[in-house]
Amino acid sequence: MAVLNALIEAAGLEKTYPARDRKGTAFRAVAGVDFQVHRGEAFGFLGPNGAGKSSTMRMLAGVSAPTAGTLRILGLDPVADGRRVRARLGVVPQDDSLDTQLTVEENLLVYGLYFGLSRRAVRARAGELLEFARLEDKAGERVEHLSGGMRRRLTIARALINEPEILLLDEPTTGLDPQARHVLWDRLFRLKQDGVTLILTTHYMDEAEQLCDRLVVMDKGLIADEGSPRELIERHVTREVLELRFPPGEHEEVGRKLGDQVEVLPDRLLWYADDGEQALAQATEAGVRPLTALVRRTGLEDVFLRLTGRSLTD
Amino acid sequence: MNDRIALPPAGGAHLVVLRNLWVHKGGSPWTMALFSVFEPILYLLAIGVGIGGLVGEVPGVEVPYAAFVAPALLATAVMNSALEETTQTAYAKFAFDRFYHSLAVTPITVSGLVLGEIAWGMLRGLITGLGFLAVVTALGLVTSPWVLLAVPAGLLIAFTFGAAGFLTAGYVRGWSDFQYMQLVMLPMFLFATTFYPVTVYPEPVAAVVRALPLYHAIELVRGPALGQVGPGLLGNAGYLAAVGLVCFLLARRRWRRLLTA
Amino acid sequence: MAFRALAYWLVRYRRTWRGTIVVSVANPILFLLAIGAGLGTLVEGTVEGASYLAFFAPGLLAAATLQNAFVEAGFKVNSALRRERIYSTAAATPLEPGHILAGHLMFITLRLMLSAAAFVVVMALFGLTGSVGVALAVTLAATLTGLAFAAPLAAWAVTVSDFPQLNTVFRFVVMPMYLFSGTFFSVTQLPGPLRAVAYALPLWHGVDLCRALALGTATPGTSLLHAGYLTLCCVAGVLVARVTFRRCLHA
Ligand SMILES: Nc1ncnc2c1ncn2[C@@H]1O[C@H](COP(=O)(O)OP(=O)(O)O)[C@@H](O)[C@H]1O
Ligand SMILES: [Mg+2]
Repeated sequence: MAVLNALIEAAGLEKTYPARDRKGTAFRAVAGVDFQVHRGEAFGFLGPNGAGKSSTMRMLAGVSAPTAGTLRILGLDPVADGRRVRARLGVVPQDDSLDTQLTVEENLLVYGLYFGLSRRAVRARAGELLEFARLEDKAGERVEHLSGGMRRRLTIARALINEPEILLLDEPTTGLDPQARHVLWDRLFRLKQDGVTLILTTHYMDEAEQLCDRLVVMDKGLIADEGSPRELIERHVTREVLELRFPPGEHEEVGRKLGDQVEVLPDRLLWYADDGEQALAQATEAGVRPLTALVRRTGLEDVFLRLTGRSLTD
Repeated sequence: MNDRIALPPAGGAHLVVLRNLWVHKGGSPWTMALFSVFEPILYLLAIGVGIGGLVGEVPGVEVPYAAFVAPALLATAVMNSALEETTQTAYAKFAFDRFYHSLAVTPITVSGLVLGEIAWGMLRGLITGLGFLAVVTALGLVTSPWVLLAVPAGLLIAFTFGAAGFLTAGYVRGWSDFQYMQLVMLPMFLFATTFYPVTVYPEPVAAVVRALPLYHAIELVRGPALGQVGPGLLGNAGYLAAVGLVCFLLARRRWRRLLTA
Repeated sequence: MAFRALAYWLVRYRRTWRGTIVVSVANPILFLLAIGAGLGTLVEGTVEGASYLAFFAPGLLAAATLQNAFVEAGFKVNSALRRERIYSTAAATPLEPGHILAGHLMFITLRLMLSAAAFVVVMALFGLTGSVGVALAVTLAATLTGLAFAAPLAAWAVTVSDFPQLNTVFRFVVMPMYLFSGTFFSVTQLPGPLRAVAYALPLWHGVDLCRALALGTATPGTSLLHAGYLTLCCVAGVLVARVTFRRCLHA
């Protein structure tokens, strides 16, 4: 029974921010979304900047009251029961909010106390988490001196201090270099294996493909579709895609010539086809002479493109 | 899994204080006191002794000028210590360290946060007050044992201004706004009978001065310090407590809006 | 080239000048009312032949300019290098560190002069400046006093890592100087050895210069001596700043 297992249930969830000043207008950042998250799964929000991911996450974290709709977390109302909900969540916000004046270990200790843990419990837990975050040899270091990747790992370790049932991660790897990202992904995999429910937002399709069992594609405050990465790809795009590049200005014209099956982007044409090589042959036959041609497997980037007509990263 | 979690009482206010103590762990409370006491002592020497040399009798006061100014400088020093923590430092914690945002996702409540920061300001004020008192005693400017009332008085003063400061911090948009705060603080410091009794002013001006919280803070310290203890002090204390309470309630409302938008 | 660096600061100042003018006018009004007029009523007789208010006002002007110099050449210079990284942006253009320094110092000079002028206008409202000539002379003397601090301060502030160090120096060096350089009371009231220290402080020279000009007691000899001493501080500061700016901007 799926419903029994739903840790989070949102229906018609909305968030409207009041106007910043008299001249401004109110802004609806989340415009009515429905989703459920089940115990033990890794659930993702994939969407470009401004899609409303962080706004949704802040409602889930119980620090932002929904303007409309219903939201139940762990069977509780996150507004009325905010404290009890927060006690059982771990939150990794989009912007690091580590205590830069304290050391790495102190950050974990004091954060644990905020959750009402005893000093002894918090000490033991901090030791485990330092190891988990691979920061054992940085325990006495001030946070200021850590690299971006280390800070992010410490933020995650901190969010785990209360052994949360749900871990919320808002853009966990944005701004990190590729190596730091892989270290982080590896840690998140381990959490998943340990049965922690993960909810994360990202605008990287590779991250979503790697980490999420199930995800929703979000754009302009709405959910465009929902499913596993595999399902979404199968539902919306062909198996392969042919990428064609032309000298500037020729895209439109070639696009028209090739018809509906191609998407025209500012810098290239995408031709969705089950067999990319065959599509290329067809294009050559039609007299199209691209500067470069590349056949690759389709991914979530293409799903997003098909759903919204825009690319994820611009 | 979560049976070890007992929600902290009082919204976790004491934990906010604890965190601030940890940040200061490196330095002792005495270095902290030295920092906050140095400036008022300088003022005391310059104004009390330097200008005191020029000033004859203060009308209606029989003590040396320095002994008249010292209690006012004590009240001001306590006020400034509490304000420093709840305005500039608090703003930095909010806007740059995102410390309050990180508290917002824990079981610490907004009430707990506001209470904790005000209590921290009171602790700072207390240390400053004690340090100043020690120096003033050493300089031989203490004339009455009632001066010990300055300790509870200092706590109340720090509460009032701490609450007012934290309320203000909730409306600050950038560092340059503190310039405007200075525009309120400086005249209050200069006119709230710090340097001469309220009797110097003509009546309408005196009424305005009597509305300043710092005026009541100074009265509350100066009376006992000069051995003049009367029921009027309760009025001063009541005024400060009322201002502090209102500021606390408003601050709580403001910070709730800021942190849970 | 230096004018390009100056232009940057002027453009920035366009956004904040209103606030600074309000502060530079309000502060002296408040001080002169409370200390000069209020406390002055308690002062018996005259100080150095003048009313307490007339004695105090020019001293406070010099001291206030020192405070402004500390903000502009201490905090702002440091922040331009560290927190806001304005200098590094400028250093990536054809501007040399020397130009950047010159541009900023020119702006600081204007800024100090503006505040001093506002203060002198307030003094005039209190009837404390004899003529327009006196007012101009006092403004220039105060600006020179500010520069005698601004140049060495800039030289030092650019080498400092962050604000706390500046705060410490402000609290333990600037404030004592502010209070004991003859601003609030004559240095002759200080005990012997302390008096000697006060005479060596640039601020005392600034205070005495402004005061003598405002009270009309200035003699060419002492005035030139004061101005010379202040100019010396200023020139020495610029020379050191040229070195430290080069070292810290092209680090
Ligand atoms: N506190 C706020 N007040 C007003 N508008 C906001 C606020 N926070 C976010 N927004 C706006 O809501 C939209 C969605 O923001 P956000 O939820 O942060 O998106 P995402 O995390 O997907 O990038 C953006 O256009 C943003 O400008
Ligand atoms: Mg976001």
